[in-house]
Amino acid sequence: MADLSAYRFTASHEWVRVDGSTATVGITDHAQAQLGDVIFLELPEVGAALTAGARFGAIESVKAASDLYAPASGTVAEVNAALTDHPELVNSDPYGEGWMIRLEDASPAGNLMDEAGYSALVGS
Amino acid sequence: MAARTSLYDRHVAAGARMVEFGGFDMPLQYTTIRDEHIAVRTRCGLFDLSHMGEVRISGDAALDAVQRLVTNDVSRLDVGGALYSVMCNEAGGIVDDVIVYREPGGYMVVINAACRAKDVAWMRRHTGEAPFADLSDDLALLAVQGPHAVALVARMAADDVAGVEPFHFKDTSVAGVHAAVSRTGYTGEDGFELYVDAPDAPGLWDALLEAGAPEGMIPCGLGARDTLRLEAGLRLYGQDMDDSTDPYSCALGWTVKPGKGEFIGSAALAGIDRAHPPRRFVGLVPEGRAIARHGQTVLAGGRPAGEITSGTYSFTLERSIATASLDGDVPADAELSIEIRGTIAAAAVVPLPFYRRPKGA
Repeated sequence: MADLSAYRFTASHEWVRVDGSTATVGITDHAQAQLGDVIFLELPEVGAALTAGARFGAIESVKAASDLYAPASGTVAEVNAALTDHPELVNSDPYGEGWMIRLEDASPAGNLMDEAGYSALVGS
Repeated sequence: MAARTSLYDRHVAAGARMVEFGGFDMPLQYTTIRDEHIAVRTRCGLFDLSHMGEVRISGDAALDAVQRLVTNDVSRLDVGGALYSVMCNEAGGIVDDVIVYREPGGYMVVINAACRAKDVAWMRRHTGEAPFADLSDDLALLAVQGPHAVALVARMAADDVAGVEPFHFKDTSVAGVHAAVSRTGYTGEDGFELYVDAPDAPGLWDALLEAGAPEGMIPCGLGARDTLRLEAGLRLYGQDMDDSTDPYSCALGWTVKPGKGEFIGSAALAGIDRAHPPRRFVGLVPEGRAIARHGQTVLAGGRPAGEITSGTYSFTLERSIATASLDGDVPADAELSIEIRGTIAAAAVVPLPFYRRPKGA
């Protein structure tokens, strides 16, 4: 089980891990399990400005498509290029290699949950 | 509460993700849809399809009864033969799509789980004198599909089944279990479907998995079944057609044999111009990787002209694929696009199926 003590979670199943002024964003293990086989991600371009709580992209699995909501405000500094050819990394390693974007000048949303709070939300 | 097949405990023990389908708790996937899909295309997969319904129509009046019920001509079936057909209502709409098996004493008709109550009531009403039995709760159905499937089942069968032709079956035993071994499937691959008594299914399931493991056979769920059948251009009742769809409008006109005489719906179907049916069923390849979903609008020259019936990601072709039902007057060369979640994706019409297995495989 991944050590998620540095991760914070949204009610819409994204996570954010803040390192100084940089924040890494992905979706939770619970979310990837619900979606099943991820086949496509629509992610913002480097340089895009994100607002915490606003839609920043979409994720599509064989079963369904869902919007992605930013757990932090900031500027997109990096997009995980590996997901273009290997979107299944979101399934196999949602907290690691399946990360989606990195933000600079990040400021997390105010209503994020810690691991215990998120676990309680999804009942795991 | 959803019903369970006799293999339910096997699915749960294997860690399958279960979903309700056709009134049954069925495995959606055991591992991932991708792995299960690829296993069937390259090796072998094992499916529990016991949710499917089976009815038997027997006796001297059986032929006439089945001929009235289905659009295809079952009189040309010898014992051991099978055919795909649709069953229509008086208006020519499809009640269900079925497989008809010719048995020594009559016919077994395989129906969709979600249609079972409707079909059984409909068929009872129209079979007249012919004895009718609903076998659905007594029979289990296992499918072994993929390039290694035939050799695997042949090794385990008491009689030669490798010589059973497509759309034929043989009564024999597999791993000591009495089975009707049918050279049919819903994946686009070679293989068998095995009809067995429900209590025998768990033992046969275990024996097949054990024998198939060295060749990489894995259990597969309904998720892979759907991606496989759509690549193979096969219809799903309730999604690609329903009670209001005539067979010509979903490119199943080849199952209609007007020359065989009257059947339910024949008068209505005779009134349809086969070359220009009310709707046109086409294969589409949308641009980009977004998946077109059932019910999304198809545009011709920018105007609504039909809807998506099925769409998925093709793990074999590594792109988005879909089928659509277009208004009959949409020209063959129209520029089509699909409204996918607020975005317009151009789509090319392609011949069905999307995938055809290599010759000799």
